[in-house]
Amino acid sequence: MAAITTVELILLTVVSAATPLLLAATGELVVEKSGILNLGVEGMMLVGAVSAFIAMLTTGSWALGIVAGAAAGVIMSMLFGVLTLFFLANQVASGLALTLFGIGISSLLGIPFIGLPIDKLPSLDVPVLGDIPIFGPLIFEQDFLIYFSVLMVVVVHFFLFRTRAGLVLRAVGESHDAAHSIGYSVIRIRFFAVMFGGAMAGLGGAFLSLSYTPMWVEQMTAGRGWIALALVVFATWKPGRVLIGAYLFGAVTIFQLHLQGFGVQIPGQVLSMLPYLVTILVLVLISRNASRVKLSAPACLGQIFHSNT
Amino acid sequence: MKKFLIAAVAAFTYAIGSSLALADDPLKIGFVYIGPVGDHGWTYQHNDGRLAVEEAFGDKVQTSFVEFVPEGQDAERVIRQLAADGNKLIFTTSFGYMNPTIKVAQSFPDTYFEHCSGYKRADNVSTYLARFYEARYVNGRIAGQVTKTNTIGYIASFPIPEVVRGINAFALGMRSVNPDATIKVVWVSTWFDPGKEGDAAKALIDQGADVILQHTDSPAPLQVAEERGVWAIGQASDMSAFGPRAHLTSAINNWGPYYVERTRAVLEGTWESGDVWGGYSADMIKSSEINAESVPADVIADAEATIAAIRSGELHPFAGPILDQSGNEIIGAGTTLSDGDLLGMSYYVMGVEGSLPQ
Repeated sequence: MAAITTVELILLTVVSAATPLLLAATGELVVEKSGILNLGVEGMMLVGAVSAFIAMLTTGSWALGIVAGAAAGVIMSMLFGVLTLFFLANQVASGLALTLFGIGISSLLGIPFIGLPIDKLPSLDVPVLGDIPIFGPLIFEQDFLIYFSVLMVVVVHFFLFRTRAGLVLRAVGESHDAAHSIGYSVIRIRFFAVMFGGAMAGLGGAFLSLSYTPMWVEQMTAGRGWIALALVVFATWKPGRVLIGAYLFGAVTIFQLHLQGFGVQIPGQVLSMLPYLVTILVLVLISRNASRVKLSAPACLGQIFHSNT
Repeated sequence: MKKFLIAAVAAFTYAIGSSLALADDPLKIGFVYIGPVGDHGWTYQHNDGRLAVEEAFGDKVQTSFVEFVPEGQDAERVIRQLAADGNKLIFTTSFGYMNPTIKVAQSFPDTYFEHCSGYKRADNVSTYLARFYEARYVNGRIAGQVTKTNTIGYIASFPIPEVVRGINAFALGMRSVNPDATIKVVWVSTWFDPGKEGDAAKALIDQGADVILQHTDSPAPLQVAEERGVWAIGQASDMSAFGPRAHLTSAINNWGPYYVERTRAVLEGTWESGDVWGGYSADMIKSSEINAESVPADVIADAEATIAAIRSGELHPFAGPILDQSGNEIIGAGTTLSDGDLLGMSYYVMGVEGSLPQ
């Protein structure tokens, strides 16, 4: 790696702080676009984090670690999917239960793995381009999950707004009865969306335990699943805005730590509030136009679908 | 929302825990924890103390614990339930359990309670805490001699006297060997968020700190220090595994001896209410082995001599003269801050940068 300046290091920190949020929020966005509200993001992230860590530690393979994280997220989300889509359980309650379950099962699975360190997920450096000052390392010397998180924003945007399948998924989220009446399998489409959300939340967790802080400690997500949920609303269900929101949140978080280090005379509590204040501020600005927000919010979000009605 | 979730988890954990408690012969001892036993920090060490009790008394005792218990209403319910279940000795291990502990103790006069870090006592309620600042003073001396940039990065949780006292003790130790070194403090407003603690460590290193220490509970800052090639000091548990090269030493909370002693007192019928604030001399804190790979031999010898001096009472970290940030004398030579002063500490001493959030 070329000599890295402080500015580059700070930007790198911002990117890594934003990535777990970006991964989980992108997944949840697709879930919500299909009309399902899964509040279990925190739980799926935790199970993803612990599974990725265990897989990496026992096999020594980064790839297996990442796959295990995603797979664990999918399994968790399938639980949720079965409950809400087949047994028509309340989505809010099931999502909360999923988080509670995730906290418990991840702690249980992780007991033998506390206090064991692993190496950080290696970065995949692009030669030459990585030597460009400031933005070189930022863009071309990151690890796989960071590249993947940005790529998925593009992919999800393309999928939702440029493909037929994406259109169908959005239609299911807007009016499941209409979609059902013209022959689309609402349940199946939603189940796949929920699984995708689980995989992305699992990857967000995997990023935490493999790259961000390469270790396993109980509840290491520390509320990031909830922030990811808020980001989806913040972004008014648009993938590009999820990206902006996640990076903005990361930037303000890191910025306030630096301000404190420079001895800025603002109480630390106020600075700690900053990321949330900025989020609220942007939310207010965005939601000034109520009809536009309504336009992007899936009309059937959180409603139970009965196929016989 | 989060509080509710934690409460629900606590209730669930408890339901499982209590259904396992069956026999009635041995002395039943209950522990109430604020965090998960797997935090590798504060709660982990309390649980280590519980295991020490089990090891010392075998089947004469039967211990159980409830983790993730939020401070406040839920705590009272959990403590009451433990007492009702026949636990005759109950350790409540977070400051916010103070009022619930006192309240429950009034309804169970035959049960002994031990509350960590509080100041309210009763005939059947003792309080105890460790003088963590003694270890911070020693760590300050080590860091002051190791640092090359003369900048130490300190990741702090909340501006309460306990944390401020640690910062000041560290500053006094550091300045006693290196009058040019200063401490940069970053408040993260959490006890446990590995990601945020790691980010704070990165920010401090980016601003020139070459020794990182923390008053938060995860080992993330050590990993960052290892990655960035600076030094770090562990908190509460031995955290050397997370930064084999970076790790200088860890201040370890060592509750085992106290828990064993109090359990013995109950078994022998000699338990009395009291207040213990013990340091190195009471074995309530200890320092992990100092990293000989990274720390020069003379610095290790100095640290060991300092520990011995504190243990014997010859040296008090808060012995005067102590100057505040602007150089005014707080106390002069020959005097020492009282425990009362220490317990209410709300100012920075010289050597700490920035201003204390009030």
